[in-house]
Amino acid sequence: MIEIKDLHKSYKMGSNSLHVLKGINFSVEEGELVAIMGSSGSGKSTLLNILGMLDELDEGSYTLDNVPIKDLNETKAAQYRNKFLGFIFQSFNLINYKSALENVALPLYYQRVGRKERQEKALKYLEQVGLKEWATHLPSELSGGQKQRVAIARAMAAEPKVLLADEPTGALDSTTSYEVMDLIQKINDAGNTILVVTHEEDIAQMCKRIVHLKDGVIVEDKKVKQVRASEYV
Amino acid sequence: MRQLFDADTWREIFQSIGKNKLRTFLTMLGVFIGIYIYIVLSGASQGLDNGFEKQFQTIARNSLFVFGSSTSKPYAGFKTGRRIQLKLSDVDALQQQLPEIMAIAPRNVNGFFGSAPGIIKRGVKIGNYSVFGDFPAFTKIATKKIYDGGRFINDEDIEQERKVCVIGERTQKELFDKDENPIGGYIAIEDVNFQVVGVHKFAGGGPFDNDSDIFIPFTTYTKLYNTGDNVSWFAIAAYDDVDVVQVEKDIKATLRRIHKVDPTDEKAIASFNLGAIFKKIFGFANGLTFLSLIVGIATILAGVIGIGNILLISVKERTKELGVRRALGATPAEVRNQILIESLFLTLLAGIIGIIMGALTLKLIDVFTQDVDIPYTNPTVPIPYVIGSLLLMVALGVLIGLIPAQRAVSIKPIDALREE
Repeated sequence: MIEIKDLHKSYKMGSNSLHVLKGINFSVEEGELVAIMGSSGSGKSTLLNILGMLDELDEGSYTLDNVPIKDLNETKAAQYRNKFLGFIFQSFNLINYKSALENVALPLYYQRVGRKERQEKALKYLEQVGLKEWATHLPSELSGGQKQRVAIARAMAAEPKVLLADEPTGALDSTTSYEVMDLIQKINDAGNTILVVTHEEDIAQMCKRIVHLKDGVIVEDKKVKQVRASEYV
Repeated sequence: MRQLFDADTWREIFQSIGKNKLRTFLTMLGVFIGIYIYIVLSGASQGLDNGFEKQFQTIARNSLFVFGSSTSKPYAGFKTGRRIQLKLSDVDALQQQLPEIMAIAPRNVNGFFGSAPGIIKRGVKIGNYSVFGDFPAFTKIATKKIYDGGRFINDEDIEQERKVCVIGERTQKELFDKDENPIGGYIAIEDVNFQVVGVHKFAGGGPFDNDSDIFIPFTTYTKLYNTGDNVSWFAIAAYDDVDVVQVEKDIKATLRRIHKVDPTDEKAIASFNLGAIFKKIFGFANGLTFLSLIVGIATILAGVIGIGNILLISVKERTKELGVRRALGATPAEVRNQILIESLFLTLLAGIIGIIMGALTLKLIDVFTQDVDIPYTNPTVPIPYVIGSLLLMVALGVLIGLIPAQRAVSIKPIDALREE
């Protein structure tokens, strides 16, 4: 599903150049649930940004679902993001003046799906995350866990190839975190490929594979026995 | 284009401008005031223009009045201070030498210039009214509205020196009973019976005009008052396309020659140039229209810049939202168009409300000035001007919207989404 070869990325900081990713080789099969771990500054967010086509790579190659991702202009990148990727952010990033349902329907809007179908689909995904009754509520009326579940529903609404979650539990307490992870595991069980960036060990253990980044290189890449979040809920 | 006619686009736009109603309102206020001021000002100046037009509709635009005065220079053996008396024979000379003259009407009158007004009697009723000796040509210079059933003096009246007269509204009221038809009736002017052939409706405009004026044929007047071929003054109308000031000079020069006056004597032949005054008045109205155009455009411009400004701030506030949209698959073009359509929509909506409110205000002014004696009639803004100002707003709205739209596009989603 994801194929990364010899990926380099550096940032210019004034006259200095900061070499963040120093040759990453990494691939993800369909249906995997991968945790990307590392301390801050290890380059895990940069890697996720490049995977999410929010940032460009300097060297190396990136193939997503057999499509080479290179030389993208903004329009192409936007279309690929819409088609291939679903984003889950640490701070949810819901649009505050739109209801839960409208937030979930937004990626479908950019896919030019008709309004009726959009709403039906959005409602279906809201139901999957257990928030059907909250469809008409604004984000400000939802709890943190509910917001993240809306965000997950939104990420899934476009039926992407890969879900990218950047610290999805970073702003949540542990009980809510486990609820969210339970949801992510269930989505993965249904066959979806998911990448989770986290620095929390217990969250990482709930994935099927852990990739450790340190100073811009992968220092460890191991399969783990998945801890089911439902045990804690 | 697809985006412009998509119901979803509009739903998005209504949502995003509806989330901060106060700001949206204040944003629109600028453009609204601009177009409102433009419409009211230009409508009012148009009303003023129409008002002047109505006020002076009874008198030819290019008209002037010429009368004799006293010489201020000795010439050809004559002393200074000689009184110049215009003669009926001057008419032919003027008409032959000055083709610019459309019509020339010699007139005599009593009741002015120190002469006593005519004494008019009808039975036991008696009154003093100005009596004019006129030619039919006078109606070419100042149209006289005659009430139904009547007429003005005609050529046969002149030829046959008929004792007929046209009386004023007030004269009718004072000399005739209410339900009496004055046409065909008789009044005595200086103890000579005259048959009434018409009643004229009073319309101000020309000098010496009154609602009690009595007009009789010039030839009859000459006999009645024994004025020979003397003329009090000439009412002259030049053709519309000639320079009335130049015509005035030519007429005076011709008259000076005929009456043996020093060509440099400015005082001997006096004149009153109504055409030149009209020119100034209408020039004033035109200036006002032009001024309102400038003021209106400037205010619209200021308003539109205000919209651009607010949208710029709004884009900055929505950086994160726009970043999320981009991450979710909004293309730069879609983001740009959304901001552009927002700008356009706000500008147009404010503009249309401004036009409607402006039109209502003009209507209100019209209603309230209906009975007031100021030259103000039918204040309207020509449709091309309204459409023009709308087009201007569309153009400016898009143009100014480009700035925040470009700003919105230049936001990289990664920067917008970076956690603080």
